[in-house]
Amino acid sequence: MNMNLAIYRRRRIFNRAIMLLSWFAAVSGIFVLTLILGTLLYKGFGGLSWKVFSETTPPPGSDGGLLNAIYGSVVMTVLGTVIGTPIGMLAGTYMAEYGRGSKLTLLVRFINDILLSAPSIVVGLFVYEIMVVGMKHFSAWAGGVSLAFLVLPVVVRTTEDMLLLVPDSMREASAALGSPRWIVIMKVAYRAARAGMITGVLLAVARITGETAPLLFTALNNQFMSTNMNAPMANLPVVIFQFALSPYVDWQKLAWTGALLITITVLALNIGARALTSSRSKQS
Amino acid sequence: MNSNAQVASFASSSEISPDALRRHGIRDTVLRNATRSAALTVLLLLGGVIISLIHGSLPAFKAFGFGFFVTETWNPVTEKFGALAPIYGTVVTSLIAMLIGIPISMGVAIFITELCPRWLKRPISTAIELLAGIPSIIYGIWGLFVLSPFLQKYVQPLLIELFSGVPVLSGMFAGPPYGIGVFTAGIILSIMVLPYITSVTRDVFETVPAVLKESAYGLGCTTWEVVSRVVLPYTRAGVIGGIMLGLGRALGETMAVTFVIGNSHRIAASILAPGTTISANIANEFTEADGELYTSSLIAQGLILFLITFIVLAAARLLLLRLDMQTGKKA
Repeated sequence: MNMNLAIYRRRRIFNRAIMLLSWFAAVSGIFVLTLILGTLLYKGFGGLSWKVFSETTPPPGSDGGLLNAIYGSVVMTVLGTVIGTPIGMLAGTYMAEYGRGSKLTLLVRFINDILLSAPSIVVGLFVYEIMVVGMKHFSAWAGGVSLAFLVLPVVVRTTEDMLLLVPDSMREASAALGSPRWIVIMKVAYRAARAGMITGVLLAVARITGETAPLLFTALNNQFMSTNMNAPMANLPVVIFQFALSPYVDWQKLAWTGALLITITVLALNIGARALTSSRSKQS
Repeated sequence: MNSNAQVASFASSSEISPDALRRHGIRDTVLRNATRSAALTVLLLLGGVIISLIHGSLPAFKAFGFGFFVTETWNPVTEKFGALAPIYGTVVTSLIAMLIGIPISMGVAIFITELCPRWLKRPISTAIELLAGIPSIIYGIWGLFVLSPFLQKYVQPLLIELFSGVPVLSGMFAGPPYGIGVFTAGIILSIMVLPYITSVTRDVFETVPAVLKESAYGLGCTTWEVVSRVVLPYTRAGVIGGIMLGLGRALGETMAVTFVIGNSHRIAASILAPGTTISANIANEFTEADGELYTSSLIAQGLILFLITFIVLAAARLLLLRLDMQTGKKA
């Protein structure tokens, strides 16, 4: 066989070059991302001490911690999860069980997927319009509700996906024994999909843990410890935002520490969610 | 196990009273309607967002009309507002992000699917998916304290010098290196969208049937030829979908940009100069906005942003949906 070696060589060299670029892209991409985490660990651990968890945010120039911000973040995250999860699970249940394949389901799935990546700052504006304007003041309630709107699409998506993974033969077996639909759903489908649905909630919590934009003008911020749900409440992301952009070195240091806390939480939740689904899939 | 026993005992009781039947019928109706209304809530949420944004932005549109879109002025003192500078900033930062982000994401995706040793595949994929979950404020704080000083000291002076004689580029890379600005925001965004685009692209690359690739290799194709002539044409819709998903994120990204953009309402010729984007503008000024017109002008920008991202994301989803159906049929 006669081969044109010049063309062959050119093709090979070109291929080498592109593959080298691909290696370079992978290495540089991963390098930058590890650099970010590395800086975060380095700068964040420096400021980590008991004070961070036991004292409230300080005025510039004095010592303090992040207690009020951590408290506020936990409260509003819990509130958002508690409001958003049940609605999301019910909606996902409709899409996978009662309304499978219906027009409503297709529409909801499409809209939900868009809401999943819609800019969160817009959700903040929405909640500002419906709650803050009406109540005439910023509040932790409004912050929690805006987070709930971000939880909702994540939970809807995972609930539907996980319920669709449950084999129909299980539903049919249960129905053949005479169980009404709600027992099939609550006692058969939910049980089979439980690990996956919990994963969805964990991912949703991870998603809202670091959300800043929607809290900026719903929960606002509070320099002091506040447990009043009707008043502005401090929260980690907004405190980080404010402190990082301030000219005070102590504040910037606390911002890094806060960022580290958020990242550790988010990573732990994501890894937990992964472990839950992967151990599940090995079983089946 | 327990549930099966319950169901069995329930079904085996030979006498089912009409009462019990009715009770179950009611519960079934309740659950059906509850789940249905929850599904409708998702639609209501979208409708609510759109209606409330339109309502909130009416004063601004009434006052400025179409001029709102094409005016650069942003003056809270005289209450003259125009959204041109933020719109421009949003588009340009996202453009920079895509210019840098797309080739690198593609490279990483090609690396993972074609070049990477088997044992490294899972760890790298997992790491990239975990990084997609890191909150944007982390990228923001890193951009402010690490990336900006680095760019200011090393990269920007180099760019200014490099392009100083070239006609168009010298204008684009001009002026003092501030560190913060449109260019830095674009770079931070490109780092942020990297995990999104990579994970979607890798997923769709994996859908290419091995037979197709192996046939091409069997004909003597190089890896690049397989990627460019078999994998990419096969997955075109999915790849574009993934890119648009990344674009949607970049357009609406708030915190990472707000930290490094510099918040200046001027459209500068140089991309090294400070600027603003829609989301950064809202994040920076919303709580300080006094007066109906000021607030309304910010909400109007939110509406514009939402519509742009909605269109981009909807297009992305449609493309990905088409790919799902295509592979679904073949499977």
